[in-house]
Amino acid sequence: MRSETLPASENEGGEQTIAPASPAALFLAFTLLALQGFGGVIAVAQRVLVEQRRWLTRDQFIEILALAQVLPGPNVCNVALMTGDRFFGWRGAFAALGGMMALPLMIVLGVAAAYSQYAADAVVAGAFRGMGAVAAGLILGTALKLASALGSNPMGVRVCWIGGTGVFISVALLRLPLVWVLLVLGSLGCAFAWSRLRAAGVAED
Amino acid sequence: MPITDWLILSGHFLLLSLLSIGGAITVAPDMHRVMVDEMALITDAQFSASIAIAQASPGPNVLFVAVMGYQAAGIAGAVVVLTAIMLPSTTLALLAARWGQARRHWLSVRAFKAGMAPLVVGLLFATGWILAASIDGWHHVLLTAVTALLVWRTRMHLLFLIGAGALLGAFGWV
Repeated sequence: MRSETLPASENEGGEQTIAPASPAALFLAFTLLALQGFGGVIAVAQRVLVEQRRWLTRDQFIEILALAQVLPGPNVCNVALMTGDRFFGWRGAFAALGGMMALPLMIVLGVAAAYSQYAADAVVAGAFRGMGAVAAGLILGTALKLASALGSNPMGVRVCWIGGTGVFISVALLRLPLVWVLLVLGSLGCAFAWSRLRAAGVAED
Repeated sequence: MPITDWLILSGHFLLLSLLSIGGAITVAPDMHRVMVDEMALITDAQFSASIAIAQASPGPNVLFVAVMGYQAAGIAGAVVVLTAIMLPSTTLALLAARWGQARRHWLSVRAFKAGMAPLVVGLLFATGWILAASIDGWHHVLLTAVTALLVWRTRMHLLFLIGAGALLGAFGWV
């Protein structure tokens, strides 16, 4: 697949990225990616889009994920949409989203039809529990990887730690509504980043 | 299902789509209110099974909405509610991404990206924590921790890890 891709381009971070060859390549890549995502697709998306295909840098992935998370809608679907749009406009957006949804939709409906027969089986229930534990680990491992990208954040590592820990405590431990957490901590973070960037000489809009 | 029910259901899901910040799962309590309590289209057990089925299947978790629609009204139900929950948020995401991409050098856009980045990472830690905590018992914590380490430090295939988890679970070791 990598051999059919367009020439590499240099972006702001200096990391090399490669553009997908066509909307069909996007559709196929997102289908394969979605099929590997049990209990959540974010971990696989990071692995495939950043590390394997190199369509996005780690920073670009975080940017897209940030926007995907503050906007309504399923995060991974928004990530697919925005990644596809970046390369081929709306055709790419729908190719990526379609790839992410089409085959998994058929599979999940098949599982739903079969589920009632096997739900009580101890082996099946155990396998589901084991996969759930791994799915949690996949997301935590991805978070650890992306955390190292924060080293270049204009707010500085210490402030990033405070912000990230604040979100974790509010959402995971206190179980506060996400909307309020993002509204309060998000506007604090953006205001601080704004003042840091302006102090560093970035011109105002 | 009468046509008025289809309209009420899809209208409600179109609205919920715009409220689903953090994913469709965040509006699941309101879907429960409408589909189980008010319209009695599915039972309580069917509702929780829908979420479990989607999590154990490959693909985005939003597919739990399709499973609920399927249990209420077959394939047509799945297609209608899934389209309704996706359409408004998808349109908004596309417009917002283009707006931001065209203005990516603006101070405010760069401040948004920098300010949100640590929160995104914190949110991923929170999601992993909540998923791990939703499993009964504590034997699985070691499996979760080892998986996190392997994902962080190695390039081991993710499907291999999922398969290992399924096997350990099937033999009753976690």
